[in-house]
Amino acid sequence: MADGVFSRGFRGRRRAPADAALPPGQYVTDDFPVFSAGPTPHTPLDEWSFAITGEASNPRVWSWEAFLELPPETITTDIHCVTRWSKLSTQWTGVSVDRLLSEVTHQAAYVTAFCDGGYTTNLPIDDLTGGKAWIAYEFDGAPLEPEHGAPARLLVPHLYLWKSAKWVRGLRLMSEDKPGFWEELGYHEHGDPWKEQRHWGD
Amino acid sequence: MGRLTWRPGTVLESVTETPRVKTLTIAAPEWPGHRPGQHVDVRLTAEDGYQAVRSYSLAAPASNGTVMVTVERLDDGEVSPYLVDEARPGDQVELRGPVGGYFVWEPALGGPLLLVGGGSGIVPLAAMLRVHAAAASDVPTRLLFSARSPDEAIFTAELDRLAADDLQLQVIATYTREAPADWTGYRRRVDREMLEEVAWRGADRPLAFVCGPTGFVETVAADLEQMGYAGDRIRTERFGPTGGTP
Repeated sequence: MADGVFSRGFRGRRRAPADAALPPGQYVTDDFPVFSAGPTPHTPLDEWSFAITGEASNPRVWSWEAFLELPPETITTDIHCVTRWSKLSTQWTGVSVDRLLSEVTHQAAYVTAFCDGGYTTNLPIDDLTGGKAWIAYEFDGAPLEPEHGAPARLLVPHLYLWKSAKWVRGLRLMSEDKPGFWEELGYHEHGDPWKEQRHWGD
Repeated sequence: MGRLTWRPGTVLESVTETPRVKTLTIAAPEWPGHRPGQHVDVRLTAEDGYQAVRSYSLAAPASNGTVMVTVERLDDGEVSPYLVDEARPGDQVELRGPVGGYFVWEPALGGPLLLVGGGSGIVPLAAMLRVHAAAASDVPTRLLFSARSPDEAIFTAELDRLAADDLQLQVIATYTREAPADWTGYRRRVDREMLEEVAWRGADRPLAFVCGPTGFVETVAADLEQMGYAGDRIRTERFGPTGGTP
């Protein structure tokens, strides 16, 4: 805090000690707010596909039906939005990124997730592997809602939620990092909520 | 752009817009300036060091070392009840920003420009209009805003004044629950038919900014796409509970 600045009469709404499980600067919501830069895309399932592209020797593409045949995992996790809300113990079902990447041969260090509507976000591959990321198609036991990314979104719950790209259509494998949509507009290149990596330079 | 840091702010003035909404003018001598549509993080610190932060749209360009935020009280909120009900001139806050770089309009972005606001979603759009007027921009601009009633509408006097002075600006209101007996304008939620009457045609390649509760923005953005607006020329900002309507 700047030296000695305090707001007269402010007490706040302090919550139970369970908030100790929250990253700094976050508050808990039971709602599920929507943070999207443009209109919600509505791609028909028979036109949908998921691709691993870029610097892979054998790129792969799955149709929606083929994607659903991949072994699903169900994950219960907290999620954290850079706009400061967190939602605890959310349940998701999807395919692990480890499983998808096991089908291609690559030496990529970085990934750009690309989406319907043109959104992109960039991640080091180490943030997507080792049981840390999924392509999720169910939330709390039901298909994703359109405004939350239907039919499928990336889920990388240990990073701020803008990395969990909605309406995801594929992962582009790259040897060099390239900033995505929000990363070019002032948001942090990595986005670790526990380090409060919200904006450039944080 | 350098690292964003917390900067001290002192409340100069608190103006009641509606029973739930106030505009605070905050002296912030170290504020670096911002573009219309951007946000500011506001941090409150209790005497024992407890802190809470929320982000608010900036309602106007910075001027003379001050910033203006327009805040709606959320009954289960933590920061907004303080800013709306408690804060008074001389009170101290901290500011960090500006934040956000996509829901931004500046004259160089051109148009024709369509702004659609629901409830307090008008706030960032008003910042754009203030810049439009101050720059004497020749970008043809239409604002459609939806409020429950005139009593709950924000900035109506200022919007009327801007529209009277700014020949490129048309302001259209719709009141969804209650309108004066002599009101001849719209009395329903924004829908496709209203947009067809009010908005630029898709063939004009308009640039649209839509801000409001999630359900409002979902509906309007989808209607505009169906009217031929390019998806990458519809910029949105959603807030509040899923499904809320003004």
